Amino acid sequence: MDLSGASKIVIAGAGQAAAQAVQSLRQGGYKGTLTIVGEETALPYQRPPLSKAYMKGEMDEERLYFKPAAWYQDNNIEVILSAHATRIDRAARQLHIEHGGVLDYDALILATGSRPRKLPCQGADLAGVHDLRTLSDVERIRPQMVSGRRMVIIGAGYIGLEAAAVACTMGLDVTVLEMAPRVLARVTSPVMSEFYAQEHTAKGVKILTNTALSHLDGADGHVSAAVLADGTQLPADIVLVGIGILPNEELAKEAGIACANGILTDRDGRTSDPHVFAAGDCASRPLVHYGRTGRLESVHNAIEQGKLVAAAILGLPRPAEDCPWFWSDQYDLKLQIAGLSTDYDQIVLRGDPGTRKFAAFYLRNGTLIAVDAVNSPPEFLASKKLIMTGAKIAPEMLSDTTIPMKDIAASAAA
Amino acid sequence: MAKITYISHDGTERTVEAKNGESVMEAAIKNSIPGIDADCGGACACATCHVYVDEAFLDKTGVQEEMEKSMLDFAENVKPNSRLSCQIKVTDALDGLRVSTPESQH
Repeated sequence: MDLSGASKIVIAGAGQAAAQAVQSLRQGGYKGTLTIVGEETALPYQRPPLSKAYMKGEMDEERLYFKPAAWYQDNNIEVILSAHATRIDRAARQLHIEHGGVLDYDALILATGSRPRKLPCQGADLAGVHDLRTLSDVERIRPQMVSGRRMVIIGAGYIGLEAAAVACTMGLDVTVLEMAPRVLARVTSPVMSEFYAQEHTAKGVKILTNTALSHLDGADGHVSAAVLADGTQLPADIVLVGIGILPNEELAKEAGIACANGILTDRDGRTSDPHVFAAGDCASRPLVHYGRTGRLESVHNAIEQGKLVAAAILGLPRPAEDCPWFWSDQYDLKLQIAGLSTDYDQIVLRGDPGTRKFAAFYLRNGTLIAVDAVNSPPEFLASKKLIMTGAKIAPEMLSDTTIPMKDIAASAAA
Repeated sequence: MAKITYISHDGTERTVEAKNGESVMEAAIKNSIPGIDADCGGACACATCHVYVDEAFLDKTGVQEEMEKSMLDFAENVKPNSRLSCQIKVTDALDGLRVSTPESQH
């Protein structure tokens, strides 16, 4: 459907995808009304630093924001904050907001993001128990991050481990609980899990894998201990919950838009309703380099989909779809990830994890599909390009650190 | 404070006021300078904020750390005066700085 004559665009959500979409729409020449409806109190901001530099106090709040308030005025973008979108009326093409507001649209972009999974146990509502997703979460957590205090982190995913690194560096006594047999089990290979578990342990973080939480105990309404399934009591002054996120797809689902672990879209971000688009954590889209559909929880995904949706609405050529990529900062370790490693059948290591500078390449049928690169930008950047070309690369070249990545990339391209 | 001029590949110049302590990339993003995407928000993880620094300012913009060097190694159209703008901190000494953006980032 041609929407290039659209004069009313509404965006539900005010995160990275929303910020990108409004910028790309204006840059692409869109002159009509543009309204962002966000649930949080803050203008669109970057989330990655919340569990990294910002949590540590190394970054001012002002630097989190994508754009200053004046930018939205200068670009004639209406930003409605602290507002919950309640319903989409697809027939009337209207987005309803709590307390009675109604916004007409020609095109609606759902950039509703995701929300942290809640602890399904007793004590989850005690004071001192926190999610780590929003700026206001961090505002509540930070004053409690005092040297010597005991922090228990539930879940050893990237968020949990990044927070553990920050807390440990700030002098807290940190314990991480993980139900799976290893850290980062859902997102990476055993060799990476082993490396990160060792790094945290060496810094003094206690990592308990194969460990189930029974419940949280409290005293005077504040958390006092995490109680494990075997009855062990871990005294805690502060508890962080990092057990994954769920897509905010309800708004779409209730309006009859197709969803399946995310709002389903085509390559352009269009949902089953041609006037409604979805972008970011909430959307499940074709992953063109992997021949399947999926939901990615990343900055790259939010930016790319924001651009794709803007181009589709304006009738501009579809921007290139890049290889998915991610990063994680823990201590002085920069992990850069290109591609999706699920379904690999071979791992090739390049470099020695003991040197804290190495990469794990993931291959399927001899084709490079992903890399986890620790303090190794060349491995990351070369792989990002190689994954897109679907080139077959000899494992013995990848593992040979005497052959520069540039040469490996060139030989694969030849 | 420093005035920074960004020159796009077609020669268009845009001058902005940058605050001390922020990066040359951040000043560009806040002012919607085309050609500087900075997808990773300044974590030195993406190389989408590549700029060419005016020769007169090269020594004032500081030295490249190992991470930046190896990121630049894989950027496109790298020249001796290439930098990642997220790694250049604004100081008074940078007043008048001119940087240009590579065509490949437009």
